[in-house]
Amino acid sequence: MAEHRLKPLTALGHDHPERVTIGPVTMTEVADVALASVTARMGRLPDVQGAAAAAGIPLPAPGHWQGGSPYGAFWLATESWMVEAPFASHEDIRALLLQVFGDAASITEQTDAWARFDVAGHHLHDLFERLCAVDLRAGQPGLATRTVIDHLGCYLILRDESLVSVIGPRSSAAVLFHALETAAHSVF
Amino acid sequence: MTANRIKGGLIDRTRSLRFQFDGTVYEGHPGDTLASALLANGVRLMGRSFKYHRPRGPISAGSEEPNALVELRAGARREPNTRATVVELFDGLTADSQNRWPSLRFDALAVNDRLSNFFAAGFYYKTFMWPAAFWEKLYEPIIRRAAGLGSLSRQDDPDSYDKGFVHCDLLVIGAGPAGLMAALTAGRGGARVILADEDFRMGGRLNAESFGIGGRSGAEWADKAVAELRSLPNVRLMPRCTVLGAMDHGIYAAVERVSDHLPEPLPGKPRQVLWRIYSRRAILAGGATERPIAFENNDRPGIMLAGALRAYANRWGVAVGRSAAVFTNNDDGLRTAADLEARGIPCRVIDSRKGEEVIDTSGRLGLTSITIRGPKGIQTIRCDALGVSGGWNPNVNITSHHRSRPVWNEAIAAFVPGRDGPQGLAAAGAAAGRLSTHGALESGAARAEEALVDLGFTAPKRSLPEAEDAPIAITPKWYVHGGTGRAWIDPQNDVTVKDVKLAHQENYVSVEHLKRYTTLGMATDQGKTGNVLGLAIMAELTGKPIPETGTTIYRPPYTPVAMGALGGRARGQEFKPRRLTPSHKWASEQGAVFVEVGYWLRSQWLPKPGETHWRESVDREVLTTRRSVGICDVTTLGKIDIQGTDAGAFLDKVYANTFSTLAVGKCRYGLMLREDGIVYDDGTTARLGPNEYVMTTTTANAVLVFRNLEFARQCLYPDMDVQLISTTEAWAQYSIAGPNARNLLQKIVDQDISDAALPYMGCKDVTVCGGLRARIFRISFSGELAYEIAVPTRYGDALIRELVAQGAEFDAVVYGTEALGVMRVEKGHVAGNELNGQSTALNMGLGKMVSRKKDSIGMVLAQRDGLTDPGGYRLVGVRPVDPARGLTAGSHFLEPGAAAVAANDLGWLTSVVHSPHLGHSIALGYLKGGEARQGQRLRAANLLAGTEVEVEIVSPHFFDPEGARLHG
Repeated sequence: MAEHRLKPLTALGHDHPERVTIGPVTMTEVADVALASVTARMGRLPDVQGAAAAAGIPLPAPGHWQGGSPYGAFWLATESWMVEAPFASHEDIRALLLQVFGDAASITEQTDAWARFDVAGHHLHDLFERLCAVDLRAGQPGLATRTVIDHLGCYLILRDESLVSVIGPRSSAAVLFHALETAAHSVF
Repeated sequence: MTANRIKGGLIDRTRSLRFQFDGTVYEGHPGDTLASALLANGVRLMGRSFKYHRPRGPISAGSEEPNALVELRAGARREPNTRATVVELFDGLTADSQNRWPSLRFDALAVNDRLSNFFAAGFYYKTFMWPAAFWEKLYEPIIRRAAGLGSLSRQDDPDSYDKGFVHCDLLVIGAGPAGLMAALTAGRGGARVILADEDFRMGGRLNAESFGIGGRSGAEWADKAVAELRSLPNVRLMPRCTVLGAMDHGIYAAVERVSDHLPEPLPGKPRQVLWRIYSRRAILAGGATERPIAFENNDRPGIMLAGALRAYANRWGVAVGRSAAVFTNNDDGLRTAADLEARGIPCRVIDSRKGEEVIDTSGRLGLTSITIRGPKGIQTIRCDALGVSGGWNPNVNITSHHRSRPVWNEAIAAFVPGRDGPQGLAAAGAAAGRLSTHGALESGAARAEEALVDLGFTAPKRSLPEAEDAPIAITPKWYVHGGTGRAWIDPQNDVTVKDVKLAHQENYVSVEHLKRYTTLGMATDQGKTGNVLGLAIMAELTGKPIPETGTTIYRPPYTPVAMGALGGRARGQEFKPRRLTPSHKWASEQGAVFVEVGYWLRSQWLPKPGETHWRESVDREVLTTRRSVGICDVTTLGKIDIQGTDAGAFLDKVYANTFSTLAVGKCRYGLMLREDGIVYDDGTTARLGPNEYVMTTTTANAVLVFRNLEFARQCLYPDMDVQLISTTEAWAQYSIAGPNARNLLQKIVDQDISDAALPYMGCKDVTVCGGLRARIFRISFSGELAYEIAVPTRYGDALIRELVAQGAEFDAVVYGTEALGVMRVEKGHVAGNELNGQSTALNMGLGKMVSRKKDSIGMVLAQRDGLTDPGGYRLVGVRPVDPARGLTAGSHFLEPGAAAVAANDLGWLTSVVHSPHLGHSIALGYLKGGEARQGQRLRAANLLAGTEVEVEIVSPHFFDPEGARLHG
């Protein structure tokens, strides 16, 4: 992490991530993951795939997320992925990914464009059927999709059967978290 | 035991529930509805009719009820027009009758009934036509007071609601025999099934009948089926859930009444949930609704549909009366008589197929006798309950939601679903016209089997229980001829046979005209019991068959829906998302006043202690910025990362001016045109690398611009190598403006930002505060020496605090959008008021920015004659001749002496501010031939505000027109 005198705030505006348990689910704000979009430039997909394979960066199929260490990724659009990595070691994730992909991909830092809330527990489908149109009951771990929660465009990732990440616009983090809490109270 | 409670039924007699109706306390049991409990207590009178205030009781035992409408609960939870027939009884329930004064038993407005000759169909249209102005102020208020349904509490709804999304292979609508059989078949076949039923007890008519299925009572068989379904993990049961409508692509809307059977919702729990059900296939098994036969005075409390009469006896153990009669034109009506007799209630059958008919009734507040005409003459008999059966109408409603017209079925004398209903939806059971129990079971199984095969499942071996399969044997009879009094066909709207005849007489014979002329089928029940009857009578009058007379089709919702349910979880502010800036926390601590811009909450101004008027704060912010340095959060401006080897060429297409030639490390102001040549957005785009740009848009248009860029990238220029992604929220960005801007920033930025290192319109990657990566842009909206500095958003709060702390030595100020607006008007920069969707670059004085050396969106159409008129609107500066006079935005320019009429209009003031620097009001405006009018004196008149000010037309650049400060 860079040495400087500015102290970060979480997306909810606190010094430390928020954590709330309602019934069987626990919702945790996640601030320790760096994000960057990686999109193959025209005709450069083979280069991107080759570089990713060499660097251990997964490039999952549409609608999927794949974890890994240090890099995980979920599909964004045609030949486009959001790459995740630990914030502590990859704060300047774009610079690191540029070393991997060079000019084969357009890479954009997205870390602070998003707020991430991990929802852990049982019966998560009961909660998320109140929030979005994703058919989580039929979803398998590794599902990653774009959806809308209370007017907010979000990504939903089913990391395992008892863990869902909701990644929504950072400026509306409070709105999104309120929606999660209210729905959880409503369901559980 | 209460007065009319008899043995049997599906109620829990081990527990009693106390409830109030019109202030009187009664008792019922779990399993009762409000209507069944009141009837059990001998209360037949439950309401007054809409127009004539006739005494009315329930005619049904379900959601089709037109009469027994009550105001349920009290205080803020009071809900008018609630059907007592579907209100699940709970302990402590309170309900009041409505549309009566002073009481239900004595209603003064029942005088309307005496004046009924004046209130026939079309009365309002004919009578209140003149004078026109009286309608809104006089006639309508009087009519509304005299006629109507319940009243609202006028308090905020204290309950919360929710919404949700569920998915299934097969949605089964209705849990009667057809629905249960369909769900069992599909569930056993392994499909994901949702079974939704509006009732709190699944089973449909099986709960109301005495005949058996497979050696059990209907209710027992239903219970067993429900138990099996509940055991299947792939089946979801949704009782108390009304499917309201068929939407597109297999989506159905439904409302689940989660808490309506409780005194109030449990803490945190919703009252109702609006579900969006995504189905691959659906089966409508919604049953059928019985219809009455019209005869004189057929609306007295105690007269109801025959099926309802036996439902009250069989399901709820209620004898509506102690001596009963049934008037029927079909065999189903005979079941009511048989069931009542079996329960010890004598019941006389009047069978129209045998030439008998009921010609009149009596009883002021409830039925006491009926008069029968038959082969043996006219006879009056005493009875206090009369069941009427004119046949059953399949509940085709949902099949009509995509405009499919039902078709007439002679065998049952009713409409059945047409073949062109919503794709993927099939009807089964009574809803499909299969009125026997066997028919329901068989068709439910068959439709489910078809769905299973369609979806790739294997249908299980069919196993149907034995059940009755008797035909309904109907001989249609719609109304009793020869009477002189009123025979009701739509009791909710007080529509009579005479009204239909009058509509026919006045040539309102189309079914749609009939509805609107008579109000047949309107209001809460939407004609579930009356529509077909009215149509049949019109057919008889016109001499046409019923199908040729017309069909009414239905729209969603199937039954009334609380507005709260449609709102879902959101309340108040939650109906739209809020976006908070990185400086929001700090600004809140300062007491900033916020304004909403594109869902963002931006600081509008930040008052200091002692400032009592917003102008004091804004003037201070402007003057301090121009004197020393000001800081403004500009994170809200849209930021779009544009990369790719064709990024520059792409920008040349979407911007009117050229960007491919922009040097790396430089910024340029750009104009974006719509296809029609009108300017729709502007902003600064910086070139960060050979193939990398970052575009800024206006706050409000960020989403629109991104959407348009994506469209251009994917559809207009698919061969270009260009990639886009929004980075608006990724970076906290602050504008630092004023003579001390560089001095302040240099305390924070780790690298040299001198004029040589970072000249005007330069940009570069830097670090701040000892190493945090940042971007700096030397651009200005205020006309001052200015920069924008961006850091990752999580550090935005710390950066504003750092800037304020470091700026203390310069007396730095944080300014809001008002000060921003003042400074941009002082500099003559256009913003939202000038980018008004009808102005070109030429109008804005920026015509030269539209390059003709390249093709760009809107470039060609911007050259149209009408848009290039030399005498057209041009952006001008405006100041009052008398500096003491304030200008008003929206004022229109007029020549001295010209009348304030549209023909003399020369343009208008778009933006008005008070310039603390100049000490008076200034404005920007669009003025015809504005360039040639500089120095002229005109009038700025605002007829709405009642103001008129003499103004001088000047350059729009009020402050530092040479731009010396910009380059400072």
